[in-house]
Amino acid sequence: MATGHVQAAEDGSPAGEGGASRRGRLFALLQRRGAIVVLLLVVVAASLRFDSFLTERNLENIALQSSFLGLIVVGMTFVIISGGIDLSVGSQLALGGVLAALMVPVSWVLAILVPVAVCGLIGCGQGLLIAKARMAPFIVTLAGLLGIRGLALALAGEQPIGIANDSPFVWFGQGQILGLTTPIVFLIAAFAVGALVLTRTRYGQAVFAIGGSEESARLMGIPVERTKIIAYTTSGALSGFAGALLAASLAAGQPVAGAGWELDAISAVVVGGTLLTGGAGTLSGSFAGVLLLGILLNVINQLGTLGSYTQQLVSGVFLIAVVLVQAYLTRRQRS
Amino acid sequence: MSGRAAGAERSFEWSTIAPWLRDRGVYVAFAVMVVFNLIFTENFASLITLYNLLIQVTPVLLCSLGLALVIGTEGIDLSVGSIMALSSAAVPLYLGYGWPAALAIALLVGAFAGAINGSLVAFAGIQPIIATLAMLVAGRGLAQIFTNGQLLTVTDPTVLALGQARPFGIPAPVIVAVVAVLVVAFLMKRTTFGRYVLAIGGNRSASYLSGHPVRRTLLAVYIISGLLAAVAGIVATARLSASDPSNIGLLIELSAITAVVVGGTPLTGGRVRLAGTVMGALLMQLILTTFISNNLPFTVAQVLTAGIILVAVYVQKGRGAA
Repeated sequence: MATGHVQAAEDGSPAGEGGASRRGRLFALLQRRGAIVVLLLVVVAASLRFDSFLTERNLENIALQSSFLGLIVVGMTFVIISGGIDLSVGSQLALGGVLAALMVPVSWVLAILVPVAVCGLIGCGQGLLIAKARMAPFIVTLAGLLGIRGLALALAGEQPIGIANDSPFVWFGQGQILGLTTPIVFLIAAFAVGALVLTRTRYGQAVFAIGGSEESARLMGIPVERTKIIAYTTSGALSGFAGALLAASLAAGQPVAGAGWELDAISAVVVGGTLLTGGAGTLSGSFAGVLLLGILLNVINQLGTLGSYTQQLVSGVFLIAVVLVQAYLTRRQRS
Repeated sequence: MSGRAAGAERSFEWSTIAPWLRDRGVYVAFAVMVVFNLIFTENFASLITLYNLLIQVTPVLLCSLGLALVIGTEGIDLSVGSIMALSSAAVPLYLGYGWPAALAIALLVGAFAGAINGSLVAFAGIQPIIATLAMLVAGRGLAQIFTNGQLLTVTDPTVLALGQARPFGIPAPVIVAVVAVLVVAFLMKRTTFGRYVLAIGGNRSASYLSGHPVRRTLLAVYIISGLLAAVAGIVATARLSASDPSNIGLLIELSAITAVVVGGTPLTGGRVRLAGTVMGALLMQLILTTFISNNLPFTVAQVLTAGIILVAVYVQKGRGAA
């Protein structure tokens, strides 16, 4: 089923699922594009309920808050489509921020390059263990979640590290490009480049093929191991980059940043219609998923009655609800 | 595996040693750690050290017993730490109704959380890692909501006895752990339920086609895991004399999974090694104790533990390939 599905997901034509009923196609469309529909509904509801919602300032605020998670989600989408999972992204984000803060006194160039390089290298290491040593992705990245967080805490001495506000580095978090705060521009760029790579390059095709069926991909001569290693390296590098941007935005490297973000990132990807079993998904869906999470968080804050503990509960329940709906739609689509 | 290229003689030796090392490596590693501590750690060879090790290992051991069953079905339960926090939060909240009610509710909470995990996995067909990851986050959030994120002290003598009493000189947590090991061992070795667990882990479709109650067994396995985590939460609460939903059981799922894997249970399911799991839990605790008694910072210990997990899983891979 996977290959036909992928074709349909890409050019949007229903040709890939010729035999499916009209009803099945509707469920398939809902499963892939449901996030955008829900996103529009939530935007309409929120702007009717809160006068302050549709202001330029609030919208930019939502986009800025979403941009750090969004960068992580780009990498996570590739990993999940390839049939894997990366639980270490939150810790990578923290490590990236700490490294950036440590490098600022040396040079602002190193402050942006070192986090990307180091986190990319760690991601590459995880990819090697997963692809070459055939270890389960969740256990490798779960160990990563623990070890990388320990590393970030140890490097920072378990304290936030301040960044001087006159350093050129803070531009990466607070500056402007074409009237938009810098991280938002990076977010849009990352999704645009990611979508191009996923749908228009040989590499993107390989990612889909591996997620559909690793054995078949191997038999077709696709470089399975290299493709996977690149996916985990990208995920690590993007998380480190997001951490550096977050540090620049807050003017501090926080070793405790990003706790639990792996769940939000997975939620955003799944909400966007990407199958957790791999082999199908889109970056535009993930983008809608990120914005949806960002807006929900914004609305929760505007309601002002829910504490951070409740937010944890809501994220957990939200993920399960989305996965349940997705499982239901997938089943209906097949029958 | 690399020995095969080096020469027939060496490859023969390696192929006999490798499987043995995978199955019994945990005992070797434990012996090595004991010798290391006898040499480098002061006051290691004493009954107090032994008791401390056994008391401290109890929560990890209880969680890893449940996880051994879950992993045996080719599943995973990441939520054990949060279930510990949930049941721990229930103890002080319901102590007003007497200790039997408080303990019963704490156990029920654990079983209920496990039942949610199990239903999502068995009936909704959601991947275990996602179902239990959501429970990991939501469960702790809920525990913190129940107690307002605060530490609640427990003073009931019967509850505290579960963590601190010493009938016949043996610490109560050790007795709880031994009973749990015996019950789980009985379930796995002497009942059809144990057979079903292994059959599902070995080949789920085959098991289903053979008419095994696959869904019911999966549900039961996650409930057992939740129950054992609840017992671990109660013991931890009794030892602390308080319920601390922000910290009880935090990251314990990692130690517990490692204990199971180090003990020789493959993550691919179909096989469960309970003695190895017990030994694995003891090994993880001994490593932690060694770090602490040699004044290693907690953060460095975290990094080293992650390394140990990776090495352990790496050695476990390739079982049967050599």
